[in-house]
Amino acid sequence: MDSALIIEKSIFIVVVFAVTMLMAMYSTWAERKVAAFLQDRVGPNRAGWGGLLQPLADGLKLFAKEEFEPNTPNKFLFFVGPGIAMATALITSAVIPWGDKLELFGRTIQLQATDIDVSILYVFGVVSVGVYGIMIGGWASNNKFSLMGAVRAASQMVSYEVAMGLSIIALLMMSGSLSLHDITVQQHGMNWNIWYQPVGFLIFLICAFAETNRTPFDLAECESELIGGYHTEYSSMKMGFYLFAEYANMFISSTLISVLYFGGYNYPGMDWVGTNWGTNAATLLGIGALFAKICFFIFFYMWVRWTIPRFRYDQLMNLGWKILIPLSIINIMITGVCILAFK
Amino acid sequence: MSTVLLIFYILSAVTLATAFLTIYTKNPIHSAIYLVICMVSIMGHYLLFNAQFLALVQLIVYAGAIMVLFLFTLMLMNLNKEDEVHKPRMTRYAAIIVFIVLSAVLVYVFTDTKPIMGEYDYTGEDFQSIKTLGKVLLNEYMVPFEFASILLLAAMLGVVLVSKKEKDAN
Repeated sequence: MDSALIIEKSIFIVVVFAVTMLMAMYSTWAERKVAAFLQDRVGPNRAGWGGLLQPLADGLKLFAKEEFEPNTPNKFLFFVGPGIAMATALITSAVIPWGDKLELFGRTIQLQATDIDVSILYVFGVVSVGVYGIMIGGWASNNKFSLMGAVRAASQMVSYEVAMGLSIIALLMMSGSLSLHDITVQQHGMNWNIWYQPVGFLIFLICAFAETNRTPFDLAECESELIGGYHTEYSSMKMGFYLFAEYANMFISSTLISVLYFGGYNYPGMDWVGTNWGTNAATLLGIGALFAKICFFIFFYMWVRWTIPRFRYDQLMNLGWKILIPLSIINIMITGVCILAFK
Repeated sequence: MSTVLLIFYILSAVTLATAFLTIYTKNPIHSAIYLVICMVSIMGHYLLFNAQFLALVQLIVYAGAIMVLFLFTLMLMNLNKEDEVHKPRMTRYAAIIVFIVLSAVLVYVFTDTKPIMGEYDYTGEDFQSIKTLGKVLLNEYMVPFEFASILLLAAMLGVVLVSKKEKDAN
């Protein structure tokens, strides 16, 4: 492998990392602004124009807070929990195609950290490991409320992973590839998967809410019953890591929804732009299109949070096991029949 | 030493150490966490063979599903010192002796073996991608594959049946 490629990939990975962090940071600001908008308030408006410096102030505050450690025999695991949550939230972005080719300094740069054959399985693997951060942290806190939150998070994530996987299978049957790059290329222009897989998209979206522990499925940190759920005992930047990981997860899952069902970096008229304005312009517009879709889905997450009240735990399990899983199996069968009939 | 060999040594050390710690630690949750690390390091071994699909399935199935359920059950059971099973002293000594004899045999066997086959040549043929795997599974090994799926289905139905029965008894 030549060193130029390594440098190129390293720079790209650092940029993706920085963008993920920035998006996660400003999601906290956006969450408060959207909440204020939906509740007819003003929201944060003191630090910077429109409260734009609020995330920085929050971060500074979290760093400066006292580091409280509960009386637990598992100091190390207590420390590791937030780290796992953060790491798994960040490494998913390795397989996501952020854009098409970019021509810089006589090199063609593929805007994807790595295009492995089985990228979707990689995403699922990382997501399924992500629950350890919550479980280990919640258990090591040595607190009953934390443990309850951790156990709820684990059972919820395991249940919804099944429906999520099944909803993806219908998509994979159509695309015939597990690589996110191939799936994106197949959705050229406006040929998006959402037109073919509306039910699959709906199931995936609901499961994404459950996997990221967002309202209406945030039973793992349900304040009215569990104080703060798995991060009750956490303070300072450790709690900041858990909250940050949630927003990073939200960003990544919005990206996945856009890439899988809404064409990723594809947008109508991309061929025209490519021939008239050059490849780089088309690619940059594509990145813009992808980020517009991502921002919409992040907004959607917040919109739902302030619209739909939290589910009860049995309702959550019933929805997952008795509605979503049969629905996704039916979806797979219908997709199979359609592929046989039309292809 | 080549990089691959170095990675192999590190991974093997991690695998062996965590596997040992899994059975050595008293706390069941710590043991489960060591087992998770062991599973993930085995995934690393698969990646060294360039078997990406196998590695990710290892991660999803063992680390992501089975061990999460293990940990989940252990957390719910909330085992204490009082729940520990006390074995008689004779059993412990017998276990130590059996372990030593078994490891002596294994060390002797592995140090004394000679490789039957030579080294594999790199031919560049695609042996690990899901395309190849799918074709092999659904052509050559179609019947065992279907049997395995029937077995899994039967196990799944059995679990549902068992849990239903318990509910009726209450």
